Amino acid sequence: MTLAPELNETSPEKLLVPVLSAFWDEDESWTLDVYRRHEGYEGLRKALAMSPDDLIAYVKDSGLRGRGGAGFPTGMKWQFIPQGDGKPHYLVVNADESEPGTCKDIPLLFANPHSLIEGIVIACYAIRSSHAFIYLRGEVVPVLRRLHEAVREAYAAGYLGENILGSGLDLQLTVHAGAGAYICGEETALLDSLEGRRGQPRLRPPFPAVAGLYACPTVVNNVESIASVPAILHKGKEWFRSMGSEKSPGFTLYSLSGHVASPGQYEAPLGITLRQLLDMSGGMRPGHRLKFWTPGGSSTPMFTDEHLDVPLDYEGVGAAGSMLGTKALQCFDETTCVVRAVTRWTEFYAHESCGKCTPCREGTYWLVQLLRDIEAGKGVMSDLDKLNDIADNINGKSFCALGDGAASPIFSSLKYFREEYEQHITGRGCPFDPAKSTAWADRTEVNA
Amino acid sequence: MTTTPEGVSLGMPQLPAPAYPDDVRARLEADAREIIARYPDSRSALLPLLHLVQSEEGHVTRTGQQFCANMLGLTTAEVAAVATFYSMYRRKPSGDYQVGVCTNTLCAVMGGDAIFAALQDHLGVGNGETTDDGKVTLEHIECNAACDFAPVVMVNWEFFDNQTVDSAKRLVDDLREGAQVEPTRGAPLCTFKDTARILAGFPDEREGAVEAGGSAGPASLIGLRLAKGETQPARVVHPRGEDPQNERPSGPAAEEGE
Repeated sequence: MTLAPELNETSPEKLLVPVLSAFWDEDESWTLDVYRRHEGYEGLRKALAMSPDDLIAYVKDSGLRGRGGAGFPTGMKWQFIPQGDGKPHYLVVNADESEPGTCKDIPLLFANPHSLIEGIVIACYAIRSSHAFIYLRGEVVPVLRRLHEAVREAYAAGYLGENILGSGLDLQLTVHAGAGAYICGEETALLDSLEGRRGQPRLRPPFPAVAGLYACPTVVNNVESIASVPAILHKGKEWFRSMGSEKSPGFTLYSLSGHVASPGQYEAPLGITLRQLLDMSGGMRPGHRLKFWTPGGSSTPMFTDEHLDVPLDYEGVGAAGSMLGTKALQCFDETTCVVRAVTRWTEFYAHESCGKCTPCREGTYWLVQLLRDIEAGKGVMSDLDKLNDIADNINGKSFCALGDGAASPIFSSLKYFREEYEQHITGRGCPFDPAKSTAWADRTEVNA
Repeated sequence: MTTTPEGVSLGMPQLPAPAYPDDVRARLEADAREIIARYPDSRSALLPLLHLVQSEEGHVTRTGQQFCANMLGLTTAEVAAVATFYSMYRRKPSGDYQVGVCTNTLCAVMGGDAIFAALQDHLGVGNGETTDDGKVTLEHIECNAACDFAPVVMVNWEFFDNQTVDSAKRLVDDLREGAQVEPTRGAPLCTFKDTARILAGFPDEREGAVEAGGSAGPASLIGLRLAKGETQPARVVHPRGEDPQNERPSGPAAEEGE
């Protein structure tokens, strides 16, 4: 394979940087052997040579920010754990990946579970925890199998258990399968669920760092955040900071899905744009153009083709009026009805609302009623303001971000596609043919 | 979403649920003690224990709830409150194979709605209903974190990626005929009860189960291949039954790589 002599800005070799995904194409990439062949557990050795406080400072200095949606600095979360308080400390890894469009942690855990386990050991050493949990959504049994196996291997090799690598660190790791509830991706609902209760968010403060699992100091981190830590330790914080921007340093997994030529996982420095990702991967499916997309799952306000050059980092996406979220780039082309898309997302939020807070429980229900009417051609113009009004009464008025997430598609779709809503009302129905949006719509032959 | 709540009765209170037969109870108690030992606080074992009782009976029965309550020192009301909150716990007898079609926005648009409608028609059952032979329970599910493989169908929580109406129909036909069915990512299918036992935290002991499906699905590797300078793959579509390994973009790479 020859490379072009000069790499231009769209060359994937220059724009992409596989770290967590670097060896997913190798046989048995999920095993300890392959992981060690790729310098696995080397970061842990460096971490154990530091004092826990220095380790926290190091991760803080690296600038790593949470990859689960909120973007909170990971090292700072660790630092909030009170030390010398005499209580057990816990690390809980949020592997409840359920945000519509989000599909990064599941392939990561399937292909490279040891990066998470190594990160867990490092984090537990830092926060002085001797028991960690992986809360994996239940609906992904293939991943659960690999986690069971990876944890078994890690115990057998002395990376878990007592006196890890002679450091004096003892650590027990429990893999816990959830049972189907989007809300459990919210960190306090996750903790309630892990305590054997209905997954309902808690009022904060107190924050989990003070009173989390069993009312003890607890760090809750996303899978990708923790899995990124070993590489930072092994290759250095300067290396990490050499990617991305000052406030959003490092690499991350972008998940491209929908009407694109090549849906999949793309690991790149923070700040890459959707245009760059599409340019390198074949663009939208042939003959179609981008209509709307989400930068980080359905809870992040949608973008249009005006936003193709927005840098996909925390600041860039925020400045453009949305959130980086989980970097779930769901792309829809001009065949897609935005009212249909938003109606379906709203049905999801109504279904998944835990029912604790009235604005979210009732508001999502009424949004669904209005949207279904509009989609079916039974809406009236005043419904559009009513949608905005109800969304406004949910947004920011519930314990957790599920309600805010439900409001996002409403606000943003009305902002960019109000005319399309109006068309449904004046035209007494949906002007789109759903058959044209399917994956097989343009296929001349199906070799199935 | 418009289903009526089940088991609602305003008449006489129900009698306590019958206990498991002694041999079953003894076996489940040993499993339950192992689960409880994983947690600093026994109540944390409730979700896995509900998976465990589901692995015994295929759904969460009143007997199962009573068992969980006894093991954890909870009331049956406390257990029922949890069992009815989570969508993976089935509340009535259901099929050996739970077939879930993702109809969240992205999969729905990409064909999930068409697949779900076709399967309802093909099987003659509605959402949450089971075929007469007790083999297949059909439902629509929410986003299952495989959007780059849309449209996605899950069977007993194994991935069937890039489905079409035809491939999904063949899939349920195979399930009803008892053919061994292999997912695109995941291990050869076991029954819903066996799956529930894995979810309770007992590793799948079947030979080759962990390895099955390879390291990563084709879509998971697209960015990596581009970063390595391998030529961009053709549109990745692998209907069920074809080996995803064969669809790695070796052909186009050889042609254009020079």
